[in-house]
Amino acid sequence: MMDKLLFGDNQFFGVNHMSEEKARAQAMRFQDIDAVMAVLDAAYDEGIHTFMCTTHDRIAEVCDRVRAQPDRYSEFTFFPCMPYAHKYANAVTESGMLGAVRRFLPEEGFINAAIRGGRSMATKDIEGMATLLIDAEMAMFRGLRTPVIWMQNIVVDLLLGLGVDEAFRIFADHVRDRYDAEPGFITMNLPALLDVLERQGIDNPIVCANINKIGFRMSGGMDAYKDALQNRRCRVVAMSVFASGAIPPREALEWIYEQPNIHSVVFGASSRANIRNTRELVDEFTRAGQG
Amino acid sequence: MIRIAVVGLGKMGLSHLAMLRAHPEVELAAVVDSTPYMVDVLSKYSGLRTFTDMSRALQEVELDAVVIATPTRLHVQMVREALENGLHVFCEKPLCLTPEDSESLAELAASRGLVTQVGYHNRFVGAFREVRNLLDMGAIGRVTHALAEAYGPVVLKPKGGTWRSQRSEGGGCLYDYAAHPVDLLSWYLGAPSSVGGTVLGQVFSAETEDEVYSTLHYPDGSSAQLSVDWSDESYRKMTTRVTLWGTEGRIFADRQECQVYLRDTATCPPGYEHGWNVRYTTELTDEVWFYLRGEEYSAQLDYFVHRVAKEQPDGLNDFASAAVTDRVLDTMTRDAASSRVTTTSGSGPAPAPTSSRTSTGQLTAELLRRALEGVRRLATRAKDALVSARRSRK
Repeated sequence: MMDKLLFGDNQFFGVNHMSEEKARAQAMRFQDIDAVMAVLDAAYDEGIHTFMCTTHDRIAEVCDRVRAQPDRYSEFTFFPCMPYAHKYANAVTESGMLGAVRRFLPEEGFINAAIRGGRSMATKDIEGMATLLIDAEMAMFRGLRTPVIWMQNIVVDLLLGLGVDEAFRIFADHVRDRYDAEPGFITMNLPALLDVLERQGIDNPIVCANINKIGFRMSGGMDAYKDALQNRRCRVVAMSVFASGAIPPREALEWIYEQPNIHSVVFGASSRANIRNTRELVDEFTRAGQG
Repeated sequence: MIRIAVVGLGKMGLSHLAMLRAHPEVELAAVVDSTPYMVDVLSKYSGLRTFTDMSRALQEVELDAVVIATPTRLHVQMVREALENGLHVFCEKPLCLTPEDSESLAELAASRGLVTQVGYHNRFVGAFREVRNLLDMGAIGRVTHALAEAYGPVVLKPKGGTWRSQRSEGGGCLYDYAAHPVDLLSWYLGAPSSVGGTVLGQVFSAETEDEVYSTLHYPDGSSAQLSVDWSDESYRKMTTRVTLWGTEGRIFADRQECQVYLRDTATCPPGYEHGWNVRYTTELTDEVWFYLRGEEYSAQLDYFVHRVAKEQPDGLNDFASAAVTDRVLDTMTRDAASSRVTTTSGSGPAPAPTSSRTSTGQLTAELLRRALEGVRRLATRAKDALVSARRSRK
């Protein structure tokens, strides 16, 4: 169901874990949505049809372009990741925790009344609020193919740490019922998350985590990750496989495909040459794996 | 197991709570927030023991330590109560709104042998730690000047509804943003002897500042400049960076990397060479038990937990060190309020450069100087009047 290569969007939004200078240069280059589309087109024409993206406001423009040319993009698939955390974090600093929730809810409603009235919130209020937030984030993808919907790592890991385990279940149910999609969970703490998802009855979950040869941002440690890949029932998407450029591409991908249970790799690139190079390496190693 | 209570469920409190609850050596014994629905939701979904009042939590729950992440104005009284109850304290930055309060809390903690720490997480960023190591090794010789900066998108329109938009609550760019680069300067260069030319500028805010610019002077003759703006949305998120110039080279660092240029005359530390050297976060960062939003946030809590376990009062970011930073922030506020500048016309008040600074210690001297300056200004004005009177007579 998932392609073996997914195209990420960090490069489009000035996210670079190696260098602020590089991040800024990318932010400048990709300010023009045409520049973003040119790279997405290059990836698409290399056979990489899935775009794993945040719900940044500018993604809405990409959605419009794809909707406008259904023939050109007949295979184009979105894997939305939500929420776009900085938008909320900045809002919390500015308006406080509840002010931020209020701001991002699509409509005024019973929650506002509850907060203003100071009465305690019932479980159904919280669930209602959570699902309203999901719907608000999904609005830009209307009419497009979104077979997997991800919960972003900052939220997954916050809920995981707080022990608000039920939230994963609420998200999974809503994504399945409302969007006929598979829930996905991005995390920096894969071994710990798998335990909780299992307890919540989310079977064979789709999960995405940093997986790379040098163990960069693999919380819980390399051994626990290797054990999870080997022994846990889950579908793993590996991210940060090059560890922000610290590992050369061939070495990085060769190691990745030596690990069991890697269903997919998500990567970002800004040029057709880099995209092709990655695709060719992945083809080479996955063929070798099958042979 | 270390038994901890987290007080205040804002952005920082929630994030501390998540990381501590996942810590294998911590028992999260209580959570306190004054908002009933916050604690309500949390207890319902996480099963944590919650309170709306810290004093009650301290009475009813056996604790070793508290983490305080309430608005800054509330720190002094809450921290004091915790210390008086014999608890180790981790407090969010800045510690207090006045350096005197910070110093008295540091003394109280010291007299009881308690562990204290303030959330200046940048000291746990690999690249910023590398800068400290390089300075310890004398890599760039004697530091002559530093530039500390922080920019980000916090206040981007005129209206804001939280305590962060109120100066009296500890809001504003100085306490919220500038505190971080100021603390890094304290870590690298020690306490300044004076500050000058402070500008607390407004972009959108009405009751507090959005920009902080200042010059810091150090006892050894070196200086630093501070440039901070929390209304700069060209930055995706808060970006803090430091540049240091020395007799033997230059260091630049931000969260991602540490770039070092060493002159031919420099003695290179192991692994470094003359000319450019770059170290990236991937090689400077240690693994943490739980990752939420940057290794440094996890690492500082882990450090606190281990200090508490070993009952080790001395350590990085203790109250005494945070008090130095609070003293600098306070001096900047006073400096910005004083109107001492050197005018371009040459006829206005133009105090000598050495006196156009606000000393970090002597308030009396400051008042005396201001009085003298007033007298001088009056004298100048009288003289000008006399001159123009003479002219008009001609």
